[in-house]
Amino acid sequence: MTSVEQEVIRIIAEQAVLDPADVTPDSTLADLGIDSLGLVESIFAIEEAFDISVPFNANDPSASGFDISTVKSIVAAVEGLVAQKA
Amino acid sequence: MKRVVITGAGTINALAHDVPGTFEAFREGRCGITELEIRDRDRLSIQIGGQVHHWDPEAHFNRQQIVLYDKFTQFTLLAAREAVGQSGLNFDGHLGYEAGVVLGTAAGGVNTWDENYRTVYEEGKNRVHPFVVPKLMNNAAASHISMEFNLKGPSFTVATACASSNHAMGQAFNMVRSGMSRAMVTGGSESMLCFGGIKAWEGLRVMSKDACRPFSLNRNGMVQGEGAAVFVFEEYEHARKRGAEILAEVVGFAMTSDASDIVMPNKQGAARAISGALRDAKLNGEEVGYINAHGTGTAANDKTECAAVADVFGHHADRLTISSTKSMHGHLIGGTGAVELLACIMALKDGVIAPTIGYEEPDPECALDVVPNVARDAKVDVVLSNAFAFGGLNAVLALRKV
Repeated sequence: MTSVEQEVIRIIAEQAVLDPADVTPDSTLADLGIDSLGLVESIFAIEEAFDISVPFNANDPSASGFDISTVKSIVAAVEGLVAQKA
Repeated sequence: MKRVVITGAGTINALAHDVPGTFEAFREGRCGITELEIRDRDRLSIQIGGQVHHWDPEAHFNRQQIVLYDKFTQFTLLAAREAVGQSGLNFDGHLGYEAGVVLGTAAGGVNTWDENYRTVYEEGKNRVHPFVVPKLMNNAAASHISMEFNLKGPSFTVATACASSNHAMGQAFNMVRSGMSRAMVTGGSESMLCFGGIKAWEGLRVMSKDACRPFSLNRNGMVQGEGAAVFVFEEYEHARKRGAEILAEVVGFAMTSDASDIVMPNKQGAARAISGALRDAKLNGEEVGYINAHGTGTAANDKTECAAVADVFGHHADRLTISSTKSMHGHLIGGTGAVELLACIMALKDGVIAPTIGYEEPDPECALDVVPNVARDAKVDVVLSNAFAFGGLNAVLALRKV
């Protein structure tokens, strides 16, 4: 597991009030019981943790290019933004 | 029960500094949303808003007043002067004891909070101006109106986020209707277009970076506005006896609570408020010709609101018109219902329906006649004004032509 993946899973697990071990790459946020407010809060925590800016608009999640469909896709999107920063 | 009529209206908003100018902008479908001119704009990711430009407080208030008046109070007083002036009422005598002021604002003196937090946190100073508290308090505008016009009856301020103005006007309506007051000054204002005010909204990720396009498939969020609108609600016989010009009659009001979510709208709560207003006004749904929508331009509000309207009106939902003027003046948060009541008055009095501008693509989930982009002449006798706030607090007013 990469450090980005570990940190993203930690953030999502905290939001879902779950043990990180229960958050799998294929989990969707809905599976984990994270609603729209939880999603916005998770994105904020991700931005703070990685010092990145996530282009996410709750009105049109798909338009932002930040794929939130699964934990795996979120990790990949964050890795992309972290790489862009470096 | 007394009948309640509107005998004065005043406003300042991104479209104009008065009612005639705002009506003209509504008729022309003009957009008042521009790039913001505020301090530290470059640190904001949202850089547009329905800002009041060319605002010169010194043209309206003296130095002693300006040190006590936050911008939301300044806007409210300007609107109140226009409204009371139009009504022709003078509250100096006995009427002052039978009249009060109920206003809505979500956040009161946000600019004063913002400026003084800068002073103590950013500049590291340990002293602020002595009038910070009386300037920023939510009831400051209501209190200054009471002082300027000698209103000595029931007066207070309502805060229900984006429904504040409608809740305020609903209270004023019921006070006059019940006989508790002879006349009420009512409406609302908001002024949070400053760094902190916008930064807070950015956090929710529901704001558009380019435009407010209510009901359009490609809508991508709300745009904040600022300003005020104030009205004089008066007991009908009192207005008639003195030969006052009557702009419209307020005939019904209802409020409901979703009791479900702190930000997501709820179709049932909205529908109960709409049908409650009809019931309170003893109206048949088919009499309604126009609805001024809450229409924020967010994905969630607009489809929920359209579904609620469809549920309440059935087949008639396809025959009535519904538009969101937030596309022009932005979302004035606690002041929005007041500015939007102007579009209701214009529809009843002038027979012109203000358009929903910025409309580009039909959304099957908002398949109503939203009066896209161009104002329309239409004879309407009854209108509704919707407001659905964060926190699930809904307030709907019904007005009739006189």
